[in-house]
Amino acid sequence: MSDKTFSRRTALQGGASLIAAPAILRVIPAHAQGKTIKIGHVSPRTGPLAAFGEADPFILEQINKLLANGIQNGGKTYKVEIISKDSQSNTARASEVASELILRDKVDLIVAASTPDTTNPVADQAEVNEVPCITTDCPWQAYFFGRKGDPKKGFNWTYHFFWGAEDLLAAFTALWDSMPTNKVVGGMFSNDADGNAFADPVMGFPPALAKAGYKLVNPSLYQPLSNDFTAQISAFKAANVEIVTGVFIPPDFATFWSQAAQQGFKPKIVTVAKALLFPSAVAALGDRGEGLTSEIWWTPTHPFKSGLTGQTPKQLTDAYTAATGRPWTQPIGFKHALFEVAIDVLKRTKKLDDPASIRDAIAATNYQSIVGPVQWTGQPVKNVTKTPLVAGQWQKKDGKLDLVVTTNKPAPQIPVGGTLKPLA
Amino acid sequence: MQWVNAIVQGVLIGGLYALFAAGLSLIFGVMRLVNIAHGDLIVLASYLALVVVTTLGLDPLTSLVIVVPAMAVIGYALQRLILNRTLGDDLLPPLLVTFGLSVIIQNGLLEWFTADSRKLTAGAIEVQAFQALPGVWIGLLPLLQFAVTIAIIGGLQLLFYRTAFGRAFRATSDDPSVAQLMGLDTRHVFALAMALSLAVVAVAGVFLAVRANFDPAIGPARLIYGFEAVIIGGLGSLWGTLAGGIILGVAQAIGAQIDPGWQVLAGHLVFIAILAVRPQGLFPKVQG
Repeated sequence: MSDKTFSRRTALQGGASLIAAPAILRVIPAHAQGKTIKIGHVSPRTGPLAAFGEADPFILEQINKLLANGIQNGGKTYKVEIISKDSQSNTARASEVASELILRDKVDLIVAASTPDTTNPVADQAEVNEVPCITTDCPWQAYFFGRKGDPKKGFNWTYHFFWGAEDLLAAFTALWDSMPTNKVVGGMFSNDADGNAFADPVMGFPPALAKAGYKLVNPSLYQPLSNDFTAQISAFKAANVEIVTGVFIPPDFATFWSQAAQQGFKPKIVTVAKALLFPSAVAALGDRGEGLTSEIWWTPTHPFKSGLTGQTPKQLTDAYTAATGRPWTQPIGFKHALFEVAIDVLKRTKKLDDPASIRDAIAATNYQSIVGPVQWTGQPVKNVTKTPLVAGQWQKKDGKLDLVVTTNKPAPQIPVGGTLKPLA
Repeated sequence: MQWVNAIVQGVLIGGLYALFAAGLSLIFGVMRLVNIAHGDLIVLASYLALVVVTTLGLDPLTSLVIVVPAMAVIGYALQRLILNRTLGDDLLPPLLVTFGLSVIIQNGLLEWFTADSRKLTAGAIEVQAFQALPGVWIGLLPLLQFAVTIAIIGGLQLLFYRTAFGRAFRATSDDPSVAQLMGLDTRHVFALAMALSLAVVAVAGVFLAVRANFDPAIGPARLIYGFEAVIIGGLGSLWGTLAGGIILGVAQAIGAQIDPGWQVLAGHLVFIAILAVRPQGLFPKVQG
């Protein structure tokens, strides 16, 4: 009996699919006129730089939702698939996943973000394999010169948008100029891609600070995750340093800042890159985090708008906080902008199956993103365009530390939120 | 006076390295186990302290009352349930298992606590200091940490050489089979050694959390000097580990004073020099 029922059911099902098949066959081509476009994405989701990749799941979900209906190009609808990989904060791993994306997944466009450890190996793989690549969230000198770029020739396949050491300097000096000091600056640079780029005697801080009228006490590069900064602190005390600047990772800054207090070193202004970006890192310093100053790439008050979703920065960060219950961080805007630019490029590409055509579309970009205009004009070098940078201070508002823009001289379009207060 | 100050700070940092390394040295001495996950266990202890401090509102140093026993229990279970099964003539299986453990702890912490950089605040003691000599400043916290390290190493030394407990450790270390014949349950002895090691790890974790920021991935990087301290001092010797830590700390301080770029290099150079001249370390454990 059961055998019979089985065969009847199977026959019915088979029959049903046979009847349905023509309908499906008719539907599919209508939706998939072009091929599926694949975007490869690499970002540090785990490892020491995981804080930079923290917003990825939120951003990817938002973008995937927008891409559910595909994108329009030349009257056709194309499906877009984003394949996201974790660089594990490691250059070797970033390089490996990039080559996997290119060779196995055969992505049409590759995007990557957050610190030279991820952007550089991914861009290098893209350049070698002739795949168009867009990156962000890494100072451009570390990206361009870190990859041994020649300003005369540039790169063929890889493009980048972010600010550079000169913007950082302009923002920092503008910040310091707003308070009277003896203009003696102590420099602390970590011996990694960022620190080396900023400490460079030709392109970095030293010549630019001299030009701006500041005296730099620079006791050379230090190894990241050092446990002892006595030598530097003694040198700063001996030179009567009133301003401390440089590049730190958060744990090193915490060590330095406690030791400075223990050794009786009290600078008037402390402005460091990288270590003071994230609310969690500053909150970890407790009361001694108040009054520290940092570069600002992006805030909810920046006067831009997403060209993709129409969101203002405030709306984007509010959506992030609502979805994750976490405070906003600066990389969020750039993570969003990276996909904005990628999708804009794909919409404008003339021949989507030709990598060179996608590359030409990147080069021709003229786009208003949530982090400001993105357009590669050949300045400062062929493959790099810059986003505005300002500086500000962690100030207490209603018992909570908040990053307030105190100086907008380098980018007057960004509104100022308060004035600089000396360190207690 | 800058040099004196640098050397004093170097000695204090050396105490920190020795504190990180003491647990490592202890279990290597008892069961020849190289615990790659030691640094991650220190970070695990930091997070445990963070949970205790935030939920109970305790001072970080007081949280030790809970964190130390908790870590000891974790250590006992870890050894009894996992590591004992891997011990044998071959050094490789326990090494690989602890390596895997390191990956699991890091990613578990990342899932649970996110990548946020955290720190415990111990209040004013963090920045208090006194001037020992003109130009030589000694921070209260580093000094306390150094004193605790000496107390821990002294205590472990007493435990090893003055108690029945210690005799069991030493017997098992010398010859596990004979120890077993004499009625010692080596599985239990190993588990107790790991419990003791993780109790020390708990102290190191709390001091690490007060001293500087920690995040899930920071363990291995913080531990490298601990490994060097163990090797300089001689494998398995506790006072040797302290000496090794101080030598490393002072070498780094002197290197940094010449040029900050040489800080880490100077430490590694001393390490290599000692390894070349005395591969067994300065104070190797007396055999037999």
